[in-house]
Amino acid sequence: MLRFILIVLVGLTLNAAEYNGYVESRVGVRLHDNTYSDKMTMSELRLQLGIEEETDDLTFTLVSDFIAEGLDNKQSQNFHDGTGPIDLRQANVEVSPFEWMDMKMGRQIITWGTGDLLFINDLFPKDWNAFIKGMNTEYLKAPTDSIKASLFFDDLSLDIVYTPLFMSDRYVNGEAVSFYDRSTSSFYGQDNILQTDTPNKYFSDDEIALRLYRSINAYEVALYYYNGFWKSPSGFSAASGEARFDTLSVYGASIRGVLAKGIASAEIGYYDSESSAVIDPLKRNSEFRWLVGYEQEIATEFTASVQYYEEIKDDYKEYKNALPSGSIIDDKTRQVITLRLTKYLLKQDLKLSYFQFYSPSDKDAHTRLGVIYKFNDELISEVGANIFYGDKDHTFYSQFRENTNAYISLRYAY
Amino acid sequence: MKYIILLLGALSSLFAIETQEIVNKALDTTYYQGKHLKAKANMTIVDSLGRERIREAIILRSNFDDKKQKYYVYFKKPSEMKKMVFMAHKRVDADDDRWLYLPALDLVKRIAASDDRTSFVGSDFFYEDVSGRSGYEDTHELLESNDQFFVIKSTPKDANSVEFSYFISEIDKKTFLPMNITYFNSKNKEYRKSEILEVKNIQGYNTITKARMSNVISKTYTNVLYSSIKYLENISAKIYTERYLRKAPKKYLK
Repeated sequence: MLRFILIVLVGLTLNAAEYNGYVESRVGVRLHDNTYSDKMTMSELRLQLGIEEETDDLTFTLVSDFIAEGLDNKQSQNFHDGTGPIDLRQANVEVSPFEWMDMKMGRQIITWGTGDLLFINDLFPKDWNAFIKGMNTEYLKAPTDSIKASLFFDDLSLDIVYTPLFMSDRYVNGEAVSFYDRSTSSFYGQDNILQTDTPNKYFSDDEIALRLYRSINAYEVALYYYNGFWKSPSGFSAASGEARFDTLSVYGASIRGVLAKGIASAEIGYYDSESSAVIDPLKRNSEFRWLVGYEQEIATEFTASVQYYEEIKDDYKEYKNALPSGSIIDDKTRQVITLRLTKYLLKQDLKLSYFQFYSPSDKDAHTRLGVIYKFNDELISEVGANIFYGDKDHTFYSQFRENTNAYISLRYAY
Repeated sequence: MKYIILLLGALSSLFAIETQEIVNKALDTTYYQGKHLKAKANMTIVDSLGRERIREAIILRSNFDDKKQKYYVYFKKPSEMKKMVFMAHKRVDADDDRWLYLPALDLVKRIAASDDRTSFVGSDFFYEDVSGRSGYEDTHELLESNDQFFVIKSTPKDANSVEFSYFISEIDKKTFLPMNITYFNSKNKEYRKSEILEVKNIQGYNTITKARMSNVISKTYTNVLYSSIKYLENISAKIYTERYLRKAPKKYLK
C-alpha cells in the first residue's frame, strides 16, 4: 500500500506543474530523568513533498510527509494522528464556483483567530505532541478533513467549515509526551497510553465552524461560532474508563488592528460544554475565555509581543460542590501571560526567538527557545528547547516537566 | 537693502518649492506610475564573499485616490518562502497596514509597521526603498543642475527616525528617475548606494527594469530585475484583501 502511494506520488510529481518540499533530520532529547518516556523525543528523517496541479477552474494540492523513524518506540501508521511512515498534510481541491465564492474540499490546514500560540475561536486540530517535542511551528496546526466554503459580499465575508467526522487534536496521550491524569492521580507514559472513546459516526459526530468577518477602517473584526466537540479529551466515562470528548459549542468574537506603533488584538469566546442539569465532575465545565495581545517592533529587527489570557469557569460553585471530596479543586480563573521576543541578525539569516508562557494562577510555565540559522536559501538549521516548570503534578504546563527537551534539526528545502 | 533681503527670501522659498516639486515628481515616477502594475521581480542578494541568495516574486500594485496605494507580493522562490504573500495598504499620512500570509499554517499575520528602515526579505533594500519614502519627511536642497541631472541633497526632518544624516540624489532631467542615490552617515561618509541600472519605456512609461542597492561598508549588494512588466487597465481592488492572501489570484500571477 505504502509503496503504491509512493509510486503514485512520484508519478504525480514528475507531471505536476509545481512541486516543492524539503528533507529534514530532527533529533530531540529529554533533559530530565524519565520515568514515563524514553530519553529521545524525536529521531527522524522526514521528506516533505508538495505538489500543485492546476486546470482553468480547479487547483489540486497534495502535501505529504514521509518519515523514517529512528526511535525504539515506533508509532503505527495513523492518518489522523500523523504517526507512522506517512503524515498526509494536505490533499484538497479548490474551486471558485461563483465570483463571490471559494471552496476548498479535502484535507487542509485552517487557521483563524488572533491569539499567538493561544487559541480561543480556532477550533481546528492542533498537534500538541509536535508542539511540545519541538517540531517546526508549522506542525502545531494539524490537518482537518473538511469542506470550506468562503462567501464574499461587499464588506462582509463568511467562512463555513463543515467537517463530516470529528477531527480531534493530535492530543497528548502519553505515547510521545507524558502527562498527568487527575482521575487516576497518575502519569500516563509510553507504556500506559490514554484510551479514548472518540466520536466516530460520519455526519452525526460532525463539526461546523463559522467565521463572519469584515474590516472597519484598518481594524479586522470577526464573529465566530463552533459546534462539535472538545478537541482534546474533556472528561471520563466512568463506565468504560476511557477518556471522552464532550460536545461543545463556542460563541466568540475578535478584533485586531493598529494601536500606537504596534498591532493590538482582543478575542473572546464562551465555551458552552455539554449541558446537563447536574454538574458532572467527570466532564469539563462551560467556561469563558478571553485574551488581549500587543506586538511592536522595539528596535531594529527586534519584535516583542505580550498577551494576557484567562479561562473563567462558569457555575464555579456548582463545580466545587460536585467534586468528590479529596479532588483537586481548580481556581475559578486560570490566567496565562505570554511574552515573545524575536531578534533577527546577520541579514535575517539568524533568528533568535524566545516565547514564554507563564500562569500566575497555576504558578507554572513553559519556555520555548529557538535559534534558526540559514546557511543559504536551501539549508536551514534549528536548535531549540522546551522547558516546563512548576511544583504541582496536575497543573497544565507543570505536568509536562519530564518532557523538558532540547532538539536540533537540519533541513534542505528544494 | 531690506527689499533685496525680502526678494532673496522670496526667491529662495520659490526654489525650495521647485526642489520639492522635483522630488515629488521623482517619487511619483518611481512609485506611482500607471494606475495598475504587474511585474515579476528577481532579486539576487550578494554577500561580501560573493555568495548569492535568490528571491523571486510577482508584484501587483494599484493606486487609489489620495495617494493610497496597495501592494500584493507573491513569493515563488526560495522554496522556503513559496506561496508566502506580503500585502501592504499604504497611506501618505499614516503608517502602512501590512500583512503576511504563511501558507504552511494558513496564517494571516498582521505585522507592525514601525521601522521602515529594516531589510526587506533579507536584502540590501529597506522596506522603505520598496514602498517609497515620503518626500515630506526630508528637507530638500538643490545642489546642482547640470545637463543630465538635478542633484538634490535631502536632510531628514526627524534625524532620530533614520540611520542616515543626509542623502544625495541625481534625478534624471528627462525621465525624473533618481538614477543614483548616495546615503551619508553622521561621519559624512558614504555608506549606502542606490543605482538604477536600466530603464525601459513600457507602454509609454519610463520604467525601472534593473536596479541595485549596495552597502558600501559591509560590501554587500542586491540586484533586482523587473520583467514581464505590464501596466494594466484594472486590477480588482478585492485582490488586496484577506481572501486573496489565502487563495492566490491565479489569473494575475501567471
